[in-house]
Amino acid sequence: MPAPGSVGQVATLAARLFTAQSPLRLASGAVLGPVDVAYETYGTLSAGKDNAVFICHALTGDAHAAGFHEGAKRPGWWDNLIGPGKPLDTDRFFVISANLLGGCQGTTGPSSTNPDTGRAYGLDFPLLDMADFVTVHRALLAHLGIERLLAALGGSLGGMQVLEWGLRHPEQVTNAAIVAASSRLTAQNIAFSAVARRAIMDDPDFHDGRYAEVGVVPRLGLRTARMMAHITYLSEDAFSEKFGRTPHPERDKPGFGIDFAVESYLDHQGRVFLERFDALSYLYLSRVMDYFDPFSRPDALHGVAASPVKFLVLSFDTDWRFSTDHSRRIVKHLQNAAQPVTFREIPSSWGHDSFLLPVARYHDTLRGWFGRALREGLR
Amino acid sequence: MTLRPDLNLIAHLVPGSSRVLDLGCGDGTLLQHLIADHDCTGTGVEIDPEMVLGAIDSGVPVMELDLDADLALFDTGSFDTVVLSRTIQTLRHPELVLREMARIGRQLIVSVPNFGLLQHRLMLLRGRMPMSRELPYSWYDTPNLRFTTLVDLEDLFAKLGLAIEQRINLSLAGEPLAKSFRAANLRAGAAVYELRGV
Repeated sequence: MPAPGSVGQVATLAARLFTAQSPLRLASGAVLGPVDVAYETYGTLSAGKDNAVFICHALTGDAHAAGFHEGAKRPGWWDNLIGPGKPLDTDRFFVISANLLGGCQGTTGPSSTNPDTGRAYGLDFPLLDMADFVTVHRALLAHLGIERLLAALGGSLGGMQVLEWGLRHPEQVTNAAIVAASSRLTAQNIAFSAVARRAIMDDPDFHDGRYAEVGVVPRLGLRTARMMAHITYLSEDAFSEKFGRTPHPERDKPGFGIDFAVESYLDHQGRVFLERFDALSYLYLSRVMDYFDPFSRPDALHGVAASPVKFLVLSFDTDWRFSTDHSRRIVKHLQNAAQPVTFREIPSSWGHDSFLLPVARYHDTLRGWFGRALREGLR
Repeated sequence: MTLRPDLNLIAHLVPGSSRVLDLGCGDGTLLQHLIADHDCTGTGVEIDPEMVLGAIDSGVPVMELDLDADLALFDTGSFDTVVLSRTIQTLRHPELVLREMARIGRQLIVSVPNFGLLQHRLMLLRGRMPMSRELPYSWYDTPNLRFTTLVDLEDLFAKLGLAIEQRINLSLAGEPLAKSFRAANLRAGAAVYELRGV
């Protein structure tokens, strides 16, 4: 028996959505095939297929959003949100979560085998666009026999996919929830990503992206990238509250090792990241965020003007990676295109990471908004 | 659904199918009614977190914003009607907000409690701050920052170039008073104004 509020044991499924004969056509014009997608689903699709909610994950997420894999002690990354009686109530909603294109958790990405060469794509993998993530999500929906979504939901890069989806295919997305996201990265955002990529590519074990063939991983670079990113995911107050200036328990005397608790935390985050993430995916996915600027397209709002989408845009007051200004910019564009937009800035001391945490006002908002979506049904 | 009398009155001033911005929308009651029964679209703005959640529950698009600071977010001419219902007395910058309303919409609807009501004046004469059904708060525990009579408010409208299309006087019980009603500044508990930018 699963614990109350848990979807219980789950398994990641795989689907081949594009083949070499029938490849994925990317926004750039390049083609890619085969493309496999890893995904999970929770809850039951209604007979009318009108209760499907698609979860888009962030930069380093995966398909495993809720429940437990066999033998696992830790649940999926959004388990506090998804489950029976939770804000995304799996007694009422059918939830779909997929690893995105270019990822490394079961979906085709730059470390997958290139059928033309028999070895990993490496840097031969084509550059991706936000639209390509959405194309593959849509192919998964078609594979599942679902024409339209009751809602799409995502945080950070996930929210950017939801925005792209709503703008490009508004008829498919009745409700779109965009959390702690951005419609255009600032120079500072791009700068952080640039240093992360530089750390990876300058690692002697990177080998121009062919590290798998040499049997190594650019560990130092990937670890440094993750450590730096983690600093941007929390607020200054959150670091103070969590660690203060507490010395690391194993410190004997001051030096250049891990002297402070916060250093130990970052070191740990960097190390565990190596176990589950791929350096090439980091490069490709972070680059998609840099280039994302949907409202710069002259026809960006034509689709939603003809077929409005109910948008929910949420930010967190201590998020300095994608501050409330980013969300307000999204809101301003949507509002002035006469879209039904709901916007809140949620107080939370945890910074960007708040979107993954059970912050009460945040979850109450999602619960109310999804409940309303279900009452109203598909457009 | 039965609306509060003053909201019902406002609802009848809004032409059907209008795009409405309701500033200080509370739990979204007025907008919900306008959307459901008058074929309107629109958005509410509210600053009280519990009220925002109420508006979300009732299915009204709502923005959690500060009227005193955040109205620049709305494009010029992006709404047909802008409503400010029993909210102007809580603003730090009422003049600025009225200017912004005139920029954002064509038809403005403003409802306001009347500080000049005889009952309020008598309380002041007795040396007490006015309290009534329209002004139910103690002076030290009130959301109201500004107190205006209808006459003073109309001076501000004139200064801002806002033409009064009509004024509907309300009794202390919130019921509309007859057109023949006189001496509103002394006898109306509140009033609803329909304004137009010139």
